[in-house]
Amino acid sequence: MGEFKVHRVRFFDYMPSGIRALAFNRDIERIAVARMDGSVEVFHCSDRFFQEKIIPGREQCGIEGLSWVGERLFSAGLNGGITEYDLTNQKVKYTVDAYGGPIWTIAGNQQGTHLAVGCEDGTVKLFEVNEDKIQFERNLDRQKSRIISLSWHPSGSKIAAGMMDMIQIFNVETGHSVHRLLADRGVGTSRSKECVVWSVVYLSDGTIISGDSVGMVKLWDDQTGTLIKSHNVTKCDVITSYLIVPLEWQNEDSLVAGTSEGTVVQFQFISMVLGKDDKEWVRTRTFKNHTHDIRAVAEITTAVVSGGMDAQLVVRPLLDKVEVRSAASALRKIHFPHRRLVSCARKSGLMLFQYPGHLELWRLGESEGKGSSLFVKRNPEKLLHLKVKGEDHIRCSAVSPCGEWIVYSTASSLRLYRLHCDNNNVSITKISKLPMVLSSANQLCFSSDSSHLFSASTQSSVHLVSLSQSGCKFVGTLKPKSGSHQAIHLLAASEDGKWLASANSDHEVHIYNLQTRKAHCTVPVYSSAVTAMGIHPTTNCLFMMYADQQMCEYSIEQKQYTDWSRMVQRKGLHRFWMERDTPCLNVMFNPQHPSHVILHDTYMLCIIDQSLPLPDDKTQFYNQLTLKSLPEEQRKSHSHAFKVCKTFKDILCVELMSDQSLVVVERPLEDVASQLPAPIKQKKFAT
Amino acid sequence: MATLYEGYTLCGVGPVQNSSNIGILGVEQGRDIDYVLVTDSSRSITVYKVSDQKPTGSWSVKQGQIISCPAVFNTQSQEYVVVTDDRVVRVWKEDDVNLEKAFKATVSADVLRVLSATDSEPVVLFCCGAVRFLDSLLASPQQPIEDVLTEDEIIRWSTIVKAEHQLVVLFSTEQRGEHCLYVQRFNPNTLVKHRIETEPGLSAPISFSATCRGSNIHLLYLYLNGSVYESVLPFRSSSTGAEGVQALSCSLCLSLPLGEEKLMSGAAVVLDEAHVAVIGFPHPSAGACKDYLCIWNTHFQTLQASKEMAGRIYSQLWCYSGKLYVPHGKMLSVIPFDCQKSSLAAAMGKLKQTSRSGKDFSVEIWNICPNVKSALTVDQLVEHIKTSAVEDVQAEVGEFIRRAPQADLQLAAGRVALELVSRSQTDANFYPQCAFLQLLETRYLCYSVCPELLSLAMVKKDFHLCQIAFQIFSDIPEAVTCACLKAILSTPDLEMETVNLDTDSVIFMKELTQAHSRSDEEGGQLNGFCPPALESDVSDTPSNKLQRDPLSLDMSCPVGLHKGALLNEVLQTAYSDRSLLPHLKDLTVPQVIVFLQYLRFLYFKYSHDAHKQIRALRTPSISQIIDWVCLLLDAHFTVLAVAPEAKRLVFDLHKFVRSQVKLYAELGKIEGSLQVLKNSKQSEDFGMYAIQVIELF
Repeated sequence: MGEFKVHRVRFFDYMPSGIRALAFNRDIERIAVARMDGSVEVFHCSDRFFQEKIIPGREQCGIEGLSWVGERLFSAGLNGGITEYDLTNQKVKYTVDAYGGPIWTIAGNQQGTHLAVGCEDGTVKLFEVNEDKIQFERNLDRQKSRIISLSWHPSGSKIAAGMMDMIQIFNVETGHSVHRLLADRGVGTSRSKECVVWSVVYLSDGTIISGDSVGMVKLWDDQTGTLIKSHNVTKCDVITSYLIVPLEWQNEDSLVAGTSEGTVVQFQFISMVLGKDDKEWVRTRTFKNHTHDIRAVAEITTAVVSGGMDAQLVVRPLLDKVEVRSAASALRKIHFPHRRLVSCARKSGLMLFQYPGHLELWRLGESEGKGSSLFVKRNPEKLLHLKVKGEDHIRCSAVSPCGEWIVYSTASSLRLYRLHCDNNNVSITKISKLPMVLSSANQLCFSSDSSHLFSASTQSSVHLVSLSQSGCKFVGTLKPKSGSHQAIHLLAASEDGKWLASANSDHEVHIYNLQTRKAHCTVPVYSSAVTAMGIHPTTNCLFMMYADQQMCEYSIEQKQYTDWSRMVQRKGLHRFWMERDTPCLNVMFNPQHPSHVILHDTYMLCIIDQSLPLPDDKTQFYNQLTLKSLPEEQRKSHSHAFKVCKTFKDILCVELMSDQSLVVVERPLEDVASQLPAPIKQKKFAT
Repeated sequence: MATLYEGYTLCGVGPVQNSSNIGILGVEQGRDIDYVLVTDSSRSITVYKVSDQKPTGSWSVKQGQIISCPAVFNTQSQEYVVVTDDRVVRVWKEDDVNLEKAFKATVSADVLRVLSATDSEPVVLFCCGAVRFLDSLLASPQQPIEDVLTEDEIIRWSTIVKAEHQLVVLFSTEQRGEHCLYVQRFNPNTLVKHRIETEPGLSAPISFSATCRGSNIHLLYLYLNGSVYESVLPFRSSSTGAEGVQALSCSLCLSLPLGEEKLMSGAAVVLDEAHVAVIGFPHPSAGACKDYLCIWNTHFQTLQASKEMAGRIYSQLWCYSGKLYVPHGKMLSVIPFDCQKSSLAAAMGKLKQTSRSGKDFSVEIWNICPNVKSALTVDQLVEHIKTSAVEDVQAEVGEFIRRAPQADLQLAAGRVALELVSRSQTDANFYPQCAFLQLLETRYLCYSVCPELLSLAMVKKDFHLCQIAFQIFSDIPEAVTCACLKAILSTPDLEMETVNLDTDSVIFMKELTQAHSRSDEEGGQLNGFCPPALESDVSDTPSNKLQRDPLSLDMSCPVGLHKGALLNEVLQTAYSDRSLLPHLKDLTVPQVIVFLQYLRFLYFKYSHDAHKQIRALRTPSISQIIDWVCLLLDAHFTVLAVAPEAKRLVFDLHKFVRSQVKLYAELGKIEGSLQVLKNSKQSEDFGMYAIQVIELF
């Protein structure tokens, strides 16, 4: 089949940011994740947890809470503001200052009418949720200590607020405190430390459940204000006050708590005697999937989702709620974003790494000699370190195939640079006087001859800008004929410069004719999100990968699926292919072998040879070792279309350069783990 | 491969009185296979129980009377028959005390012999060649007897063969140097005369032996020149009306080597289709002495087994149920033998001998008799075991094992073994070793099925059985293992060397001890290993200065071959340390030292790779040896520390072990380096950047 020279790159120091808050919206099956760096991501729970939307963060914006109100998403943080997000265009819609100091918690009521925030100054502030804004309504009785956690009674008439050493129950109507529940401090040395009620949950039957820094989950009765039961979920022999027990409940019969030791404990409201109605909260299951402390947990329909300082989102299925065991219901750990953070200049051997606050441009090394591991004649070289202006983090970036242009966009600005490389002198010039339309972009892409820049903008439109020595010039805007206005997250230009394809988060793929600058056609909408796509250089077929691991090939010229694509749909893909749990992030073509399509996900690199038969469920899917052991003449009869290479792990990006070499950017998880801060408490032996 | 086992004396042979120079007239089968009827040439007839070597009955005739033919037992009427003074036929029963008071009848012609086959009426052969059934003769003793032979024709030899309920009487005659064979068949009575034709120049055949195989009678006859000829006669006469003398075709089947001395007599008897026992002919490699009993393979012309017979040989030889009866000197010896299925490899001695000493061999002539005791059930067998004699029991057990289906045997073997053991424990004289061996060989026994067997064998000092049991049992408790070990160590070597052991293990020991001398001759250790530590230690011990290689002195085996073989079996048993340790403490100090010496011997040998050249089925592994050394040191630490005689032993062992430890430490370093080399090849850790080539197929 063939050999590839591979540049294995491990110097992209990408560090995922720790997870601070989770919010699950059952109606639209989305889970929102807030990270330490202020970014908010939205995952689609029923579409293999595809990361649909990413709203980049800002410097100094520590989000402490997330809350869905209907389909609107709000966050509040230590900067004292409440932020609503524009999920359609994936950006911050507005921020309102609550004037109560840092906000520790935010909670919306079930009716969707009010938001409550708990502030440092000891007030619980109520905001009315209007059509397009939120409006401050009033404060509840001010307390002496900060409000750490909040929970609305499902009726919306009462609020439980967790504070230092106590829980207050407020009547929303009057704003007065109804009850004061005193939380015990720990014993021994931790006695002098305050007990922080990190989390409260108010159930409809009047039970209040609290999780505190002592490591206890306590059940209270709101009528009498008494403690019903307490569960010790984590050892309280540590003096630190960071024993965090975030709580999340779903159906009032199940509740999960995360601990600083990285365990998730499930409690269930079940009858102690079979068949009796006499139910109690019982600690049932313990999961340990994190190395660091858990900062947020959520229970979704069939799984427990947890996240914490180790920056991974863990989806742990609850097997009693899963009806059919499948790949979709397996344990899932999401380490890396489902977007490409690396772009490569194919013709000049440059790589652009996108960090939240800066860009790095590297030149690949050179090799000589032969063998399986080549001598590196020239080491890779960092050419450029480009810091972002302003506080916003980078949303997207690109380097042109020729390596002459670099572009990036934040939420507020877009910058285009021209790169000059004379021998070892590298200099850049910022292109000033950009057209007005290029104020911000959701996705950026250069044409293959580097003559044009495509910038995905609001309303699912794409702006077309021509680039030249003198500067850039706005050429036109490509707009879809109809459909949704969701932000575009993928762009793909054809090699001959004739076609451009765009994919948005409503799963729509529009194809534009760049010569006429008109919409050419729309690929039939599939139920799963497009995770990667590419246009074939010779046949001009659009090859798309979906989050549910399906693949389609669509002929742009004929406006229909190709025969191969239909055959794939008819025969179905191999079980092992469907069971992979990370989406494919890039589609590449090898001009020397037009029948080859190169794909990759986090764990493998795959070349699909469209001329070979498809594997069925009986054939050995991962057959590379078998084929290697066979003599040349027998390989043909044993090979199938999927050639999977599992040599690489933790792949962030694979790109095929124009000299036929592959660039594989790996980010080993061990390296990530070694750069994480030390866990608060690590379990050692029998401690 | 045929084997002659250790024989024993059945009875003495009285002083020769008559002219025929023969002490014993004949040995005939008694009432079953364990009984024989010995008629001596004086005046007495004695019945012996062979396995007990005891007479069970004896009768003699009055002075002046002469027994003129061997007595026989009539199995049909359970009576003994003998002829005295040529014409008086006497018949008596077991419980008759006085022969004079028994029934007697005088017949009208001289009787040559009374011939008896199992379960058929005895036949009386007259000197004139006429034949009568005994019952018909006794009905009218004075009936006239016709002359069959011519006047000067003398019967030299006669026998009776029975097969398929058909009796055939064979007798050979001599008349003026011409030899004829008469075949008398009954019902219808026919008599066929054959002329024995051999090469000219041959004198008379000196010994005949006839067996029945298939539907033919095979007749073997031996000449003084060492030629053994075979003739085949059809059992039923093919041509009833054939008149006159027929020539008897014969073929030479064996040429016995002749010594320098002129032979006067000899005897041969057929053992089975391929084996023949010969007495009176010289052993091919033993020189002039001709007093050998030999078993020859007629197919391959090879000598299979031989045994020297002390005293004068009478050229008489009988064979009944796997035992040869040889009168020699002043005694009649019984020699059990075993003929295994012959193959060329076995005949040449190349086939590995599997020990099947207890196998009951059956001569054809017995096989054709319907075996009464064949279809024993387990219950019957168990009942028999409770009462029968050892020989009977062994035969029955052997028969049972041969005949019982495998599935039944699996269930029955344990029960039979238990019964045998319990009888052996109560009855001091009862010890059916063969039966035990046969049962062990079925491999259906294990220690837990019959726990007493091993201790019984220990009590009886039956180390052969112990050895087989150690090889076959996998579940011997540590306490028993230790008890056996103790018994083996406490038995003197001299006594041990007489024990019959599994040859393979003995050969291994032999090779092991020889390997030592061989390597000594070569003047160095085989693998060139030279412990560096030893050189430095020499200075510490002035006594060692004289010895160039301090180890070579200790390379002699501290125990005898057989003891070593048995110890090897102990070393190979399964055990668990914790259970073994307390029992190991029971060993006495000398035992511990001997055992440790032996282990050291093995360890040294193994370290010098001597064992690698020895092909044996079961050998203790080096780790087993080391484990036992550790156990022994653990169990007797103080003893070894205090006992003065152990000092030298422990010192040597320590020195050698220390040198080995140093060697292995060096090897460890090498291993580490090699590991690093291997790892560096496989290493995936290429740092931050690498350019590789992958190949996809």
